[in-house]
Amino acid sequence: MNVVAPFEGIGASVRRKEDLRFLSGRGQYTDDIARPGQAHACILRSPHAHARILKLDAAAARAMPGVVAIYTGEDTKGLGGIPCGWQLHNKDGSPMAEPRHPVIAEGKARHVGDPVAVVVAETRTQAKDAAEAIEVEYEVLPALSTMKEALAPGAAQLHDAAPGNLCYDWHIGDKAATDAAFARAHKVVRFETTNNRLVPNAMEPRAAIGDYDPTTGEHTLWTTSQNPHVIRLLMGAFVLNIPESRLRVVAPDVGGGFGSKIYHYAEEAIVTWAASKLNRPVKWTCDRSEAFISDAHGRDHVTTCELALDETGKFLGLRVDTLANMGAYLSTFAPCVPTYLYATLLSGVYSLPTIYAEVKAVFTSTVAVDAYRGAGRPEATYLLERLVDVAAAETGMDRVEIRRRNFIATDAFPYQTPVALQYDSGDYFSTLDAALETAGWAGFEARRAEAAKEGKLRGIGISTYVEACGIAPSAVVGSLGARAGLYEVGTIRVHPTGSVTVLTGAHSHGQGHETTFAQLVADRLGVPLSQVDVVHGDTAKVPFGMGTYGSRSLAVGGSAMVKAMDKVVDKAKKIAAHLLEASVQDIEFDRGTFRVAGTDRTKALAEVSLAAYVPHNYPIEELEPGLEETAFYDPKNFTYPGGCHICEVEIERDTGKVSVVNFTAVDDVGRVINPMIVEGQVQGGVAQGIGQALMEQAVYDESGQLLSGSMMDYSLPRAEDLPMVSVANHVTLCTHNPLGVKGCGEVGAIGSPPAVMNAVVDALREFGVRHVEMPATPAKIWNIINAGAQRMAAE
Amino acid sequence: MYDFDYHKPSSVADAVKLLSADPDARAISGGQTLLPALKHRLNRPTYLVDLSGIAELRGVKREGDKITVGAMTRHIEVQNSPEVKSAIPALAYMATVIGDIQVRNRGTMGGSVANNDPAADYPSAVLGLGATVVTDKRRIAADDYFQGMFTTALEPGELLVAIEFPIPEKAGYAKMRNPASRYVMAGVFVAKTKDGVRVVVNGAGPGVFRQTDMEQALSANWSPDAVAGIKQASEGLNSDIHGSAEYRAHLVSVMAKRAVTDAG
Ligand SMILES: Cc1cc2nc3c(=O)[nH]c(=O)nc-3n(C[C@H](O)[C@H](O)[C@H](O)COP(=O)(O)OP(=O)(O)OC[C@H]3O[C@@H](n4cnc5c(N)ncnc54)[C@H](O)[C@@H]3O)c2cc1C
Repeated sequence: MNVVAPFEGIGASVRRKEDLRFLSGRGQYTDDIARPGQAHACILRSPHAHARILKLDAAAARAMPGVVAIYTGEDTKGLGGIPCGWQLHNKDGSPMAEPRHPVIAEGKARHVGDPVAVVVAETRTQAKDAAEAIEVEYEVLPALSTMKEALAPGAAQLHDAAPGNLCYDWHIGDKAATDAAFARAHKVVRFETTNNRLVPNAMEPRAAIGDYDPTTGEHTLWTTSQNPHVIRLLMGAFVLNIPESRLRVVAPDVGGGFGSKIYHYAEEAIVTWAASKLNRPVKWTCDRSEAFISDAHGRDHVTTCELALDETGKFLGLRVDTLANMGAYLSTFAPCVPTYLYATLLSGVYSLPTIYAEVKAVFTSTVAVDAYRGAGRPEATYLLERLVDVAAAETGMDRVEIRRRNFIATDAFPYQTPVALQYDSGDYFSTLDAALETAGWAGFEARRAEAAKEGKLRGIGISTYVEACGIAPSAVVGSLGARAGLYEVGTIRVHPTGSVTVLTGAHSHGQGHETTFAQLVADRLGVPLSQVDVVHGDTAKVPFGMGTYGSRSLAVGGSAMVKAMDKVVDKAKKIAAHLLEASVQDIEFDRGTFRVAGTDRTKALAEVSLAAYVPHNYPIEELEPGLEETAFYDPKNFTYPGGCHICEVEIERDTGKVSVVNFTAVDDVGRVINPMIVEGQVQGGVAQGIGQALMEQAVYDESGQLLSGSMMDYSLPRAEDLPMVSVANHVTLCTHNPLGVKGCGEVGAIGSPPAVMNAVVDALREFGVRHVEMPATPAKIWNIINAGAQRMAAE
Repeated sequence: MYDFDYHKPSSVADAVKLLSADPDARAISGGQTLLPALKHRLNRPTYLVDLSGIAELRGVKREGDKITVGAMTRHIEVQNSPEVKSAIPALAYMATVIGDIQVRNRGTMGGSVANNDPAADYPSAVLGLGATVVTDKRRIAADDYFQGMFTTALEPGELLVAIEFPIPEKAGYAKMRNPASRYVMAGVFVAKTKDGVRVVVNGAGPGVFRQTDMEQALSANWSPDAVAGIKQASEGLNSDIHGSAEYRAHLVSVMAKRAVTDAG
């Protein structure tokens, strides 16, 4: 009988290998782990945005039942500060301000939520009880809730090492050429906007367990991280001074990250350090409310920009001036987000001859701000795509036509932008055409008229975008201030009977890597998916790795696996040649079978791997036994996914409520390994993008309290708020990685917000609205409608 | 959560005894409001008196021209009750728009009405239908029961046992959800009863209140247009990051119109 195995390789929508575990509640998350004898930590956090700690009295707390230890900044001041992974330079070449970020506040708290003391007790409740009994006397200092306040002359100083609360004053592009372009412009369009601050809200709150073995001196940290090796490096080398050989970091199942679990957080250092002081495991699990004031937030830009156009609507130049909120301390990636992940994307999908962008990063008395799904690229895309719509309105051009006229030509790749990046491939015309077709753009006016009959305002919006991901070439990012390389590591271990274990430095926290990566192996080595296992997230198992963020896992991590598989196949061919008594040059390999070219003499991979581990008949003189290879892959360039998103909204006139009624995403993410997983990634990203556009906003009051500090006040989108997103792909291959893949994790969150907001503005056009800031809440939209109606009545 | 003791009586009498024995004891019914408060350490009861074991507090009964809902009746039971659906469809509908399915499976009418959250749904129906709140000691008319934000006529240790709703000629409800919590930003319950028309506003102010201008307008002319033009004053209404008092005042007119449409 001829059994045809189901195709499980590249391009197959196979079900996710991890789903059985997750859907049946058998995932193992950090909080599920209980170490024998573990104690529990509770962090006492500052209730004030900015305050001097005059006195801290823990005597009563120490006497409470179950208390094991109480630590303050006095105890941890000898430790290193939490390090920042990027160093930016100012316009004048001097390095950015990089104030110390203490593990526990030293004399001063700088945001609501800043750790002030740590209680370790037998139970979590006892730790919380004791934390409440600690008496802290604060001298409340002026809060710096907004960047404007922080930059005002005479403002209070958050850090002595950051005069004027300025972290850096940076620029990119050619100022003189840009000024010249504006001088000869036919029309200049100006636009100001705020990119709203977001709270990531991964489903699993952060958690960490420190453990210490005094007999070996080995420290172990279990943590909710997207990149355990990076945590080992940052915490071991900079904070706790522990050599890698004595520090194991495990990131087991992790329930979502969206960037917020990239960074090295104080709590990780606290539990690791406390465990070794106390000689027992110490566990900390974040509450949801605590997460709001301790997880790094995202976005938070205030920008002014100007676009110069000629008579025909061609773009001549772009000027951008951005303030970027860093929060109170520099989180791991924070400085690079509004610079190298933002300003370098300001050319978008357009042929823009010259760009000049200035970015000031500002310290405020708020939680740290860092990368959040898309990181910098959503901010750039939003700015540009709103600006282009404003330009279309003000020049009387059609919104689609102005884009087409300025797109980078499909034959212009590789395309060098004026802001450092070189796009390798793309086809913006095709993604646009496909999206217009799918979204029924041409028939929209009929739908608008239909909605109007029911008293609803209907609008349609478009966004055409490109992003840079698959980060990143180490030498390039090194020259830009990264303090680490951004390659990835993959090991292919072919076992004696031909099953395969893949070790990867990438980390899966919802992306389905265990499936996608296994498909790469199935495709190349011909091993059934059921016999391929992917191991990740443990520094003791995986040689090294830089982790998962910036849609890099497949483009960089997958490429490392391909390289390792090449090495495996090279070696296996030699073994097969020996077994088949042929010359290596004559051996062909295709999906699991080695063949002497032009003959029917074959050996299966399992036969070759068995020979490799049982080398009785083996070229032992020339070849080591075993069949396992490791590769480090350093990408040659970023990858550049792009595409077109079209959104259709309906607005209730009397309440201002905006509903997304249609959403079309046509993305070019390069080669697609598992279409089902890609579709899920795009839908999730679009959901977050719609959340940013319509609902989400972190709001601080003047005293620095987070008003939207829980789900009661922070609006997250729910299933009922989201349309069925139509997802399609138009593929151009990445030209510089072996898989031709680009990355799909962030495109949804990058492309969608401006499509939604362009639709909202379009729906409100009868009221003469030029721009609406995110989020477009019902109250905000009703105010616009109401004011517009009153103005029209008066006219 | 602070430590507390736990009791699960099986009669109203035992529950009342437990509750009156200690001023810091608290009743717990669905726990959908109390448990989050305990978890946030906003409350420190000595012990909880779990009402879920008291059979006499559960269920919906139709007797003559009134519907009686036991305090422990869960939102999901109100939503699915054939009696409620046929006699007061607006009340059954209201239950469907409270929270989410998990909340509706746990939360109870008694808990909601005892708590009197200004953004809750049920208080508007209780006041809007001129219902009677029955406790272990007495019967309280809805007009006397609600006393502003989280405040009711219930005395310490007094147990809400049931709510009696007179069956109206018609009633309707419309709610604008708070975009974050999905509680009520502004809602209006309207009812045409044998004692006259009642219009009650929830969510918009510090507690439920009757909108008398709208009551008069609807008494004269029961139609959506009759209320659409009536403006609610914004003074004293809630204002927060989700919407100003003016916005909420405006929503009152919109919701009133929808509620009348809903009532038919
Ligand atoms: C996510 C979420 C969303 C929600 N959304 C909504 C919404 O949209 N609309 C809405 O109206 N509500 C909403 N709620 C609240 C929900 O309806 C609760 O069920 C309700 O407020 C309280 O009912 P409970 O039975 O859970 O009471 P509990 O939480 O058990 O008790 C609440 C209070 O009432 C007291 N109490 C309880 N029963 C009695 C009694 N018989 N006699 C005297 N005192 C008593 C308790 O001591 C406590 O102080 C939401 C809750 C959650 C968690």
